[in-house]
Amino acid sequence: MAEVIIESKQLDLFYGYFQALKKINLQFETNQIAALIGPSGCGKSTFLRCLNRMNDLVDGVKIDGEVLYEKQDIYAPNTNLVELRKQIGMVFQQPNPFPFSVYDNVAFGLRLAGVKDKKLLDEKVEKSLRQAAVWEEVKDKLHTNALSFSGGQQQRICIARVLAVSPKIILLDEPTSALDPISSAKIEETLINLKKEYTIIMVTHNLAQASRISDKTVFFMDGQVVEAAATKKMFLNPEKTATADYLAGKFG
Amino acid sequence: MIDNQRKNKIALMMIHFITLVVVLILALLLIDIFSRGLPYVNWHFLTGASKPFQAGGGIGMQLFNSFYLLILTMIISFPIALGAAIYLNQYAKQNWVTSVLRTSIEILSSLPSVVVGLFGFLLFVIQFGYGFSIISGALTLTVFNLPLLTRSIEDSLAGVDKAQLQGGLGLGLSKFETIIHIVVPAALPNIISGVILSAGRIFGEAAALIYTAGQSAPQLDFTDWNPFNAASPLNPMRPAETLAVHIWKINSEGIMPDVTQQSAGAAAVLLLAILLFNFLARFIGRRLFMKMTSAKAK
Repeated sequence: MAEVIIESKQLDLFYGYFQALKKINLQFETNQIAALIGPSGCGKSTFLRCLNRMNDLVDGVKIDGEVLYEKQDIYAPNTNLVELRKQIGMVFQQPNPFPFSVYDNVAFGLRLAGVKDKKLLDEKVEKSLRQAAVWEEVKDKLHTNALSFSGGQQQRICIARVLAVSPKIILLDEPTSALDPISSAKIEETLINLKKEYTIIMVTHNLAQASRISDKTVFFMDGQVVEAAATKKMFLNPEKTATADYLAGKFG
Repeated sequence: MIDNQRKNKIALMMIHFITLVVVLILALLLIDIFSRGLPYVNWHFLTGASKPFQAGGGIGMQLFNSFYLLILTMIISFPIALGAAIYLNQYAKQNWVTSVLRTSIEILSSLPSVVVGLFGFLLFVIQFGYGFSIISGALTLTVFNLPLLTRSIEDSLAGVDKAQLQGGLGLGLSKFETIIHIVVPAALPNIISGVILSAGRIFGEAAALIYTAGQSAPQLDFTDWNPFNAASPLNPMRPAETLAVHIWKINSEGIMPDVTQQSAGAAAVLLLAILLFNFLARFIGRRLFMKMTSAKAK
């Protein structure tokens, strides 16, 4: 059994008076891909955003319970948010490269962290772009504006941008829902390769995608975890009727 | 059916007609001012000193004063406006303090410039004892310029996709770092357009300057760049009549024999400068935007 890198304990989240997450207890192990699935509005994205405290940005959010990252509660008052988000990077639904060149995008986090050595930056940029499986497509256009690439390429540039700051966990919020099938397939391939070095937690609407690439699947409904299990087991032999119905496409 | 189509046609014709009238008025104005003024514009006119009693003066000092005042005003007002815009757009919570702040900015932006000028006279010229000087003028123009510049920068910042902010935060940047390194650069094309457009307004402003920067343009010594010397062009404590004030002044009390030509020439130069600012704003803004978004050139 791999070791647990991040877990939530009795996690509650309220948007004003609406409770969006109810007593979530989940564990995620290193070097695995976990997929969070469930119907729209079930709380899966909200949960994902709890893991690196992106919900802090939303007004009126109240969170109870704990999220332990390497045994430390990230909601403890002395948490360094900036450091936390470097360790737990995030890729969003819409590709959001900054309006700079590919190179500047990927080198961005490093430069801000004070890395000035040109050679080191070059190496890191190349490595990150290779890991994100987009190097071959952009290597001759590193100084072209990142926004001029296709959506799929932009998304992989965004993944590279996150990889460059060497996170331990990568959170992805429906990273392929805005992309065509070919680009999606490339991203999936990328993620499978990345799992050797990183822990990946992704939200997806695409059940086939979850079954193809994830090791563990968590099924959310109405702010609760209905079932969390190894992906193979859940797709072949779900324990709960609700899970079976959702996987069979009866609702959602 | 027929009736509807006819109504549509008539409405469309009206709109075309109104647009035409607006364009025509502007064109006539431009043609009139340029045809009367441009014949007197030459190198001597642009660089020479004005002569209060004789013919053949120039507007050199006034032109320099206008630019110097503009630059000084921008140096003072841009950082303040940027800071205020960042605060309002990114940090301010939706509560009554913010709404009071916004309302004040709106009220301030609709103040008549002559009132701002009198305020500057009382505060900077008299109270602070800066006298009729460039610095009094620049501070007054800052009061005049701040609300509009803040508004335009805030709008530019609001135009930046929220996903950019999230991207920065998700990368482990602090909110401030994200704003400075990502949001502001992304908004830069629009910010620059806004700055240049407001520069045009400052350049043409007269009422706010009459009582603050003064109505005299002493001869400057363009070889002396020490800002502490009285005749130095850079000295911020000297009185400085700008081009717009000059036009107002010679029209109301000018006694030189060629006052009509002087005024027409100066007006043409002023208008030309302001047109130039406008074209520059569009050009630079579009260029930067294309570079930053790599939008395909259309």
